[in-house]
Amino acid sequence: MSIKVRYFASLKESIGRSEEELVFKQTLSVSDVWKQANKSQSRPDNVLAAVNMEYVGFDTLVNDDDEVAFFPPVTGG
Amino acid sequence: MNIKIVTKPFDPWQEIQQFQKTFSDMNGKFGATSVFVGTMRDFNDGDDIKGMTLEYYPGMTEKQLGQIITEAMKKWSVLNVLVVHRVGNVFPDDAIVLVSVWSSHRGDAFDTSRYIMEALKSKAPFWKKELLVSDEKRWVRNNTDGYKN
Repeated sequence: MSIKVRYFASLKESIGRSEEELVFKQTLSVSDVWKQANKSQSRPDNVLAAVNMEYVGFDTLVNDDDEVAFFPPVTGG
Repeated sequence: MNIKIVTKPFDPWQEIQQFQKTFSDMNGKFGATSVFVGTMRDFNDGDDIKGMTLEYYPGMTEKQLGQIITEAMKKWSVLNVLVVHRVGNVFPDDAIVLVSVWSSHRGDAFDTSRYIMEALKSKAPFWKKELLVSDEKRWVRNNTDGYKN
């Protein structure tokens, strides 16, 4: 399956990428997606995750064509 | 409801006037209009700030704001809601956010406005990067709880 992974704000800067396409054969959770995409970088404690623009927990399973996003706490308003 | 993400300076009062002209079916029905305007300060965390860049997640930001407003409109009796939020380069005294609520009575307008603003602060994907007068750049780490300060 093919997944789009996106990063925002300070996380985008620290990782050095804004988005990437990843192809997997096995079923993965959001947590697994982070590990596969960022092998050398552990996930910061405060990182939030979304799948298809909805907040999710890191145990959520992803499906083909999903958009997975990782970002720091929001600071709008 | 109307949700606007804007990249240029906006005048909250013009936005409200325009909205009322567009949604003229509210005429005679609303007895209360609440207005919250968030404006950029020239200081934060003890430092002088000369500018800021606001990033957002196109699509998700609008989706989350829509859900927040829908939730609020279920909780309170509200005629309409306008939310305008700035992104891109922002400077002190610029309006960052406008939340305006129209309802028959003041309680619903006040409560809905507060609810939307607090939910926006904790759920809507926007991120601020400050430019200090010293030219240092830094990301704002988290929003404070509006009920505690």
